[in-house]
Amino acid sequence: MTQGIGDAISSHVSEGAFETLPANAPGTKAIEGRSPVSLAFDRLRRDRGAMISLGLIVAIIVLAIAAPGVAALTGHGPNHQYRGLDALSPSGQPHAPSTTFWFGTDDQGRDILVRTAYGARISLMVGIGATLITITAGTVVGLLTGYFGGIVDTVLARIIDMVLSIPYLLFAIALVAILGHINMWLVMVVIAGAGWASVARIIRGQVISMREREYVEAARSLGASDWRIIFVDILPNVIAPAIVFATLLLPVSVVTEAALSYLGVGVPPPTADWGQMISSAQGLYQEAWWYLFFPGIALLITTLAFNIFGDGVRDAFDPRSDRLFAK
Amino acid sequence: MIRFLARRLALGVVVMFLVTIAVYVMFFAGNAENIAHRMAGRQATPDVVRRVYDNLGLNRPILAQYGHFVWRLLHGDLGRDYYHQVPVTTILKQAAPITFSLAIGAAVIWLVLGVSAGVFSSVRPRTLADRAFTTTALFFYSIPVFVLGLTLLYVFFYQLTVHGLAIFPASGYVGLTSNPYEWMRHLILPWLTLALISAAAYTRLSRTSMLEVLGEDYIRTARAKGLSERRVIVRHGLRSALAPVVTQFGVDVATALGGAILTESVFGLPGLGYESVHAINDQDLPVIVGIVIVAAAAVILANIAVDLMYAVLDPRVRLH
Repeated sequence: MTQGIGDAISSHVSEGAFETLPANAPGTKAIEGRSPVSLAFDRLRRDRGAMISLGLIVAIIVLAIAAPGVAALTGHGPNHQYRGLDALSPSGQPHAPSTTFWFGTDDQGRDILVRTAYGARISLMVGIGATLITITAGTVVGLLTGYFGGIVDTVLARIIDMVLSIPYLLFAIALVAILGHINMWLVMVVIAGAGWASVARIIRGQVISMREREYVEAARSLGASDWRIIFVDILPNVIAPAIVFATLLLPVSVVTEAALSYLGVGVPPPTADWGQMISSAQGLYQEAWWYLFFPGIALLITTLAFNIFGDGVRDAFDPRSDRLFAK
Repeated sequence: MIRFLARRLALGVVVMFLVTIAVYVMFFAGNAENIAHRMAGRQATPDVVRRVYDNLGLNRPILAQYGHFVWRLLHGDLGRDYYHQVPVTTILKQAAPITFSLAIGAAVIWLVLGVSAGVFSSVRPRTLADRAFTTTALFFYSIPVFVLGLTLLYVFFYQLTVHGLAIFPASGYVGLTSNPYEWMRHLILPWLTLALISAAAYTRLSRTSMLEVLGEDYIRTARAKGLSERRVIVRHGLRSALAPVVTQFGVDVATALGGAILTESVFGLPGLGYESVHAINDQDLPVIVGIVIVAAAAVILANIAVDLMYAVLDPRVRLH
C-alpha cells in the first residue's frame, strides 16, 4: 500500500543504492579509508546548484536570526499596529510599499518586512524541528520492525499502512483537532505524527535486507545484544538514506507548517507566520498585492532552495540515480 | 487474479477498520468534553453541558460507542453531525462530487501535461527545451498549493476582470449536471492549481523512464524494422515507460486529496477538504470519521487499481 507525501520522496531514494560507492578518482595520493558520507560531502561540494541553494538557505537563516535587527533598523516592532496615512488609512486600507514601510503594511497596520523576517524564524524552526522528529521517529520504528520481524513487524506494518492510507494533510489537521490548543512545538509534533510512517517504511526495507548480512551474524556470534546490533551495527548503515530523506523532507515540512497556518490550525496569532500572512492576505489581494506577494515569495524561495539542495544531496549520496532537475 | 483481488480487498478492509479505531481512540484520548462545551455555548451551566454530553451519547463507554458505530457502518449509516443533525452520508453525498470533479479533472491535466513534457524532454535530452521543461518543473514542484492558487486568482480572475475580461469566476461550484459549461468555468483555475504542482513530478518520472526504455534493444529492433519514429516512441517506448508513472499516480491519489483541502479553501469549493477543515474546527466527530473513511477507501482502492494496471501495461507482470 503506497502513498503519502513522504512517498513522493521515497520514490527518489532508490533501494539498495547506498551500500557501496565507487572507489576514488585516479590521481589521489595515498590510499585512505573514507566513509561513504565523507565521499558524498566531497561530491556535494562540487555541485554548483546545490552550493548556490545552500547560500540561499544560509541567507534565509541569517534573515531569521537577524529579525530583531531588521525590526531595530526600521524601528518597527513585528506586532506593533501603526496608524496614520503612511500605514493604515482611516478606512482600514493597508499602505503600499513606501520608504517607511519597504514591503508595505498589512490590514492591521503592521510592517510586512519585519513580519516576513520574523516569519522566517517560525518557518525554519518548525521545518527543521519537525523534520528531525520525523526522521528520528521513523528511523527508530523502521529499525525495530525491520530487525525484530514477527508480531512486532506485523502490528507496526499495519499501523504504517493505516497512517499512509489517510491523506497526509488531513491526518495532520485531525491531529491538531485532537490536541486542541496548539503552539509552535505541537505543530512540529503534528507534522512528525503525520510523516513518520513513510520514513519507517523505507528504513524497514533497508533493515530487512541487512538483518541477514555476515557482519550482523558476526556481531551476534560475538555475543552482542539485539540493541547493540541495532544501534551500533545496523544504524550507521541506514544513516545515508536517512540523511537524504531528511533533506528532501525539509521543504515538505516547511510547506506543511505554512499550510496548517493557512488553514487556521497552525501557530496561533499574533505570531508572525508566512502561512497566516498569506491566509489573511487572501481577502485583500485585490487591493493589496504586496500583502500576498512578500510572504508568498519568501515561502517559495525557501522551498525552492531546500528542494534544489535536497536534490543535490541525494545525487551526492547516490550518483547512479538520476536527478530530479537536470544540471 | 480473483484471489489477488480478494486478498487485497480483505487487507484493505482490515486497514479501514484500523483507521476507524484510530480516529475514535485519538478523539477520545483528546478531550471529548470540549465538544459538549462548545455546543452548549459560553453561558451554559455545568448542568447544561452535562446534558449535551449525554445527548450526544458521549457518556457511554467508548467500546459501546464504537460498537454502535461499526454496527451502523455495516448498514451504510454514518450517523448525524453534532450541530444540525444532518446525516453524515448526506453531507458526503453533497461534498464528494465536488472533490471528485476537482481531482479527476486535475489528474487528467497533470498526466497529459506531465507525461508529454517528460516524453518531449526524453526525445531531446540536454537541449534547451529539455532544460526549460525541467526548470519549469522545479518551479512548480516547489510552489505551495495555496500560493499558486492565489496567484492564479490574482492574475486570471482579478487582473482579467479588471481589464474587462471576466472569464474566470473567483469561487463557487456549479454541478456538472445542472450546467456543464459553468461547471468547467468554475473548475479550470482549481484544476490548474492542483495539476501544475503534480505535473512536475510526472515530467521527471516519465523523462527518466523513457530515457531508460529508449536505450533498450527492442527499441532498436523496432527502428530497424522501419517503423515510424512516432510509432516507436508511442507504441513501443511509452507503453513500458509508463509503469513508474502508474505507481506514482497511485501515490498521488492521496496527495491530491490532501492538496484538495487547500485548493478547495482557496477557491471556496464546498468539497470534502473544505468540509473536513470545518468539521475539525468544530470537533464534529461523525463528519471527521466519515471523511477519513471515504479518503482512506479512495486511497486503498486506487492502490489496488494501480496493481491491476501493471498487468495491463506489462504482460510480463503476474499478480499473485
